[in-house]
This record gives sequence, structure tokens and C-alpha cells, in this order.
Amino acid sequence: MAEQKPSTAIEAVESGLAAQGYIASRQIATAVYLSQQIEKPILVEGPAGVGKTELAKAIAAWRGMKMIRLQCYEGLDEAKALYEWKYAKQLLYTQILKDKLGEVLGGAQTLHAALSRLHDFGDVFFSKEFVEPRPLLQALEQPGGCVLLIDEIDKSDAEFESLLLEILSDFQVTIPELGTVSAVTPPTVILTSNSERDLGDALKRRCLHLHIGFPEQRLEERIVESRVPGISQTLRRQMVGFIHEIRSLDLKKLPSVSETIDWARVLVLLQASELDTEIVKDTLNVLLKYEADIEAASPQITTFIAKAARSNVFG
Amino acid sequence: MRENIHRFFRAARGAGVHVSPAESIDAMRAVAQVGLSDRTILRDALLLTLAKSQDEKLALGDCFDLFFSQPELRQDQSESDTHDCSHDADQSSPSGASSEAGESQPSEGLGPLAQMLLSQDRNAVAAAIASAAGTASLSDIRYSTQRGIFSSRILDAMGLQRLRDDLDELTATNPALAERLRDALDALREAVRDTVSQGLALYAREEAENLRNDILRNAPLARIERRQVAEMRALIRQIARRLRERYSKTRKRQRRGHLDVRRTIRRNAAWGGVPFLTAWKRKHRDRPRIVAICDVSGSVAQVSDFFLLLIHSLHEVVDDVHSFAFSSHLIEVSEILEKKSPEEAMAEIMSKVGFGSSDYGSSLVDFEKDFMSTLTPRTTVIVLGDARSNNLDPRADILRRISERSKRLVWLNPEGRLAWGFGDSEMPRYATFCSVVRQCATAQQLERAVSDIVATYQ
Repeated sequence: MAEQKPSTAIEAVESGLAAQGYIASRQIATAVYLSQQIEKPILVEGPAGVGKTELAKAIAAWRGMKMIRLQCYEGLDEAKALYEWKYAKQLLYTQILKDKLGEVLGGAQTLHAALSRLHDFGDVFFSKEFVEPRPLLQALEQPGGCVLLIDEIDKSDAEFESLLLEILSDFQVTIPELGTVSAVTPPTVILTSNSERDLGDALKRRCLHLHIGFPEQRLEERIVESRVPGISQTLRRQMVGFIHEIRSLDLKKLPSVSETIDWARVLVLLQASELDTEIVKDTLNVLLKYEADIEAASPQITTFIAKAARSNVFG
Repeated sequence: MRENIHRFFRAARGAGVHVSPAESIDAMRAVAQVGLSDRTILRDALLLTLAKSQDEKLALGDCFDLFFSQPELRQDQSESDTHDCSHDADQSSPSGASSEAGESQPSEGLGPLAQMLLSQDRNAVAAAIASAAGTASLSDIRYSTQRGIFSSRILDAMGLQRLRDDLDELTATNPALAERLRDALDALREAVRDTVSQGLALYAREEAENLRNDILRNAPLARIERRQVAEMRALIRQIARRLRERYSKTRKRQRRGHLDVRRTIRRNAAWGGVPFLTAWKRKHRDRPRIVAICDVSGSVAQVSDFFLLLIHSLHEVVDDVHSFAFSSHLIEVSEILEKKSPEEAMAEIMSKVGFGSSDYGSSLVDFEKDFMSTLTPRTTVIVLGDARSNNLDPRADILRRISERSKRLVWLNPEGRLAWGFGDSEMPRYATFCSVVRQCATAQQLERAVSDIVATYQ
């Protein structure tokens, strides 16, 4: 791998992801290649539905690794992301072992002696058996490595970011009672963000920053081709051209790749052979998610279809 | 090439991308992985490691293109030039061939720069310019006024002094060769000037922008020129973003020491009420509620415009804003500002109430009659105006009632403190009922004022 020329290695990443149905642009492939080579997490930003989460899934499938997903939300904390003590189990065990404990302590004459006996025990109740690993710790413990997806990091609190720093830079976590747990194999970490709030510089510094925008027309056509194989070439071109026209409007929520794919599926289901005003009007709600957006786009449908058809002739 | 990458980091800093030492190490590691052979891959790799946002990516991409396109351009030029030269040489060969032996001798005594120029080896000249730019530390260039000094420094580093001596000597001994050398020197000057301009574009962009923004921040808003309005709007948006970042966090603050008994019992129900997990009382902080009353009569309109723009771009920080505009009478403008673009909104407001002579008294009467209910004990009222009421009744009693019903009353006055109370200014009378009165004429003062208002809620 090391002797391979970087350009061919990047192409290998591209084709590997393509085999999993993820058509990556050159930039995405370079990011994936680099993150593997210099062992850095990738922070993926971009509008909703351009395939940020899909990228992590595709990498996991391509490398045959397990994917561990941590969905972030406001109020997510250590106990839910990293590890937690199994309180109930600890409680249960102390109940069951009561007699045994009595035996051990039975011989002790004074309180002091009993305490020192207990000390000989060691920290039985704060050992690995009583730790409930949450996604982050799980990811570090995978022997074969894994893809760790930290989804929508911008939804979490600022404090949670700080918690991630140790994992992202050194692939280790420190549990006060147990010490530092280092990764068996450094996981491939992907963080996604919708830019709902600005992330801290410390976090950004530790990551490769990848921005996935709306794809170019050719690329999007290829994506549709791989995801919806049943669609005819002319229809595919027309619909992608149409969506690119829609994106030039000033809308609340622009249709992204996931909507393109949904729409392609719908068109195939309706057995459309080419776009016409009627069918677009009926299915516009697949593309646009706000009533105001649909109203804004409706009068333009005919011109957009004409434009998309024209660009086909030349394209 | 390693040297070049380091220079590129400096250029990136010039373009406003913050490249820390750790990031440059990462970038070097990435470059070592991908190699230098493929430029697009190199570009992607540098963009991935150095840029931390979409804006930075664009800036850095431009910077990369500018930085690495230059050598190639020059090679192209030199290629076409050498073609030209070969034509020249072909044409002049009949006469030149005979004199060549004679000509080569005088060039023996010339300095290295003269020889290089006469040999027409453009690549060598380009390399010499590049290395001289290095010794003259071109990457330190900051302002366009420094162009001259850097050009002459580079020329000096290349050995201009020696060349001049050579020229003097040649004019006496070999005028034809001196002519050629003089032309070559002019071309060289031009090339150096281009190099310096490029250096300025690369390394000084951020500095120049900072300087411009600094001047803009301290310029009086009321007297801003038309062409600067767009820049000012951008600046105000920047200020809004900064305030948002500073104040949109820390909504909940834990008040340690007060146990929330109800939540603790509920949370520990699974363990039979044994309190393994404790819950503490939290103190919720209010988001600011703001009522802004803005004078939009001629003298203050521009300041009000920017103020309203700022307040309305603070959605994340401020819970609700009610804005009112007045000159002779008062209307609510919140909806106009929410729905339209800043330019359109301001135009509409001005057409409705603007351009009148200001009457603070009747505007305050309007406010008391219709909008007194928007005030709550948690509201901050901000009045923006110069308090010049054209000698009409100021109705300061209404302002007193507003002050009593609200949390704070802040008066922002675009005029300097010296002018308050002179002429028809009613400022001293109004000031009695205000919690804070401050001058607010520049973008910087605007930022401080709004920042202080928001900070009282934190």
C-alpha cells in the first residue's frame, strides 16, 4: 500500500466506495485516503441529505468493518457516549455476595481490621466487568478496528466537544477508576455537522475538514444511476437537469441528493418515460418539503423542464 | 519544494486562513503522503488539512491557484519569449554570426547579472528574481505603498549596482550592446514589479482588509459614503456573528448546592429510591427581550438602519425584538424587517415614516397609546435618536412611564456628548429617566452598546 502511487491509491478508494454504491468526488476520495494515512478524523460539513452519513456507511462496508454510530443531541453526556457503571449489577452483586463478604470480614476483630481486609479485595466492584461501554468506548475496544460515526456533532453541547478531543487526537479515553484505555486498532472516525452552530477551533484542528456540497450534474447523474438502476438515461438526465434548475431558486430548503434519489424512485414507480409538467406537479412534494417552496417553484416548472431538455441536447 | 510549501503557509495566513504550527505539521504530513506530482491532489490535501470552514476553503483555493500558477505562467512566457528571441537571432544571424566572436569578448568582463540578461536565459532570470525576492523577504510586504521599496530591494539583491557600472562602461566601449542591455534591464524591472504585485496580493490581503475594516469601524455611521454602505452591512453582519457566538451559549447554568428533590427521586426510582444519581437545580436565564425605538429622521436614519440590521440578525441570542420607527409619528416595523431584505425593508420604512422632521413628543404619545403592552418587567427598551425635537413638547413624562414598566431603558445617541443639551436637544431632560445613556456613532460603539445590553441577561 505504501509503495502505491497516491493518485492510484485515491482511485482505488473511489472505486472501492463506488462498489458500495457511493459515488465519491475526487475530494471525498482524497479525504478518505488521507485520513487513513495520517490517522486523522474527518469532519464532514454540508447541507442535509448530501450523503454525509452515507459516506461513513460506505467506508465501513468497503473495508468490511463494523460501524458504530453515535447520534448527538442536546444534553448528550459522558454516561451516554463513553461509559457508565452498571449500578444495578453492582447492587445485585453486593446483595448476593453479602454472605461471602461476611465470611471474609468475619475474622476481623475491629472495624479497622475489617477495613484493611476489604482493601485487600481490591476494587472488585469498579472493574471492567461493571463498565457498560457506550459507543465511544466500544469503538476503541474493537480488535479489528471500526468506523466510528459521530453524527450531527453540532447538535451536542459545547462541553461534549471537549470530551471528544482526547479520543480524536490520541484515540484513547481516561476512566478515573480504571485508567487510560487506548484503542486496540485506531478507528476511522467520521464526524458530521450541519453547521447549526460553529464548532470549536480545538475540535476543528484535530480533523480533516471536508465540505460536501451539492454535486455537479455529471456526478449526480452517476449517483442516480448507481442508486436507481431502473431509470432510463434520458429521464435521468432530464430530472437531474431539472433539479439543478430548482436549486438556483431561493428556497427554504433546497432539494439535495437524497431527494433526487427519492424522486428518481418515484418516477420509476410511476413508469414515467420523460418529464412533463403534469407528472412534475404531482410529484413535486417529494422534492420540496415546504408549502411555500412548492408555491414558489410551481410557476417555473414548464420553463425548467424546457431548459433541462435543452441542456440535454448539448450536454 | 519544502521551502515553497512553507512560503505557501505564509501566503495562506495572508489570505486570512489561520495556520497554526500544528496544522502546518499535519499539512506537511499529508503532503508527504500524497506527493507533489499531482497538483489537484496536492490542492485537495492542503485544503483538507488547513481550511476549517467553507469560507476558508474558498480563500485558500484562490490563494493556492495564485501561488502555484505563477511559476508556470512565467515559463510559458519565457517559452514564447525564447521563440521570439530565436526569431530575432535568426534574423540577425547574418550580421551577428560575424560579430559573435567579437561580441563574446566584452561580455567576459561583465557582472553576473549583465551576463545573465544578455544570455537571454529567462528561466535563470526568473530563478534569480525568486531568490532575490527571498533575500528581500518579500513575504513581509503589508501595504501597497511598500511596492517601490520592495522592488528596489529585490533589484539591489540581484546586483543592480554592478549592472549600472557595466552599463556605463559599455556605453563608451560598445554602444550596441549597451542598448540591448538597457532594454533587458527595463524588462527586468517590469518582471520584478509584477513579482512584487503578486507578493502583495498573496501576503498582504488580510492586513489590507483589516486596515480597511478598522477604519470603517471607527467611521461615523451617519456620514458614510454610498459605496461603503455594502461594506458596512458586511461588517455589521460580522459583528452580529461575533455577538451570536459570544452570547448564544451558557443558557443553563447549574446552581450547585441546591438538590432538586423531585427530579432526584424520579430518576432513582429504579433503585428503590436509593439516590445513586443526584439532580441539581438549574437556573434558567432569560434571553433578552428588546423593544427598539428608532428615530429615522434625516440626521439619524443611517445609524438606525445599521442598528436595526444588527438587532434583527441576533435571532439566536435575542428572544424577541419589537422595533418601532418614527420621525413625526411612530409605527411598528418588526414585520417589515423580518420579511424583507435589509435594503427593501429600509426603503419601505423610510417611505412610511422617514424624512419628516422629528417630533419626539407625539411619537412617544403614539407609543404609549398603542404599544405600551409590549413592555414587560424583563424588557430592555433601547431608544436610538439625537433627541432633537424641534422645540416641541418632549413629553419626558411618557419616557418616565416607559422606564418604570421595563427592566432597563438605554438611550443611544449618535451625537457627541458635547452637543447634548445645546440647541433643541432634549437629551438632559430624557437622560434623567434612562438607566444608561451613551454615544453611538460608529460601528464599534454600536457593537459595544449592543454587547453590553445582551450581557446584562447572561
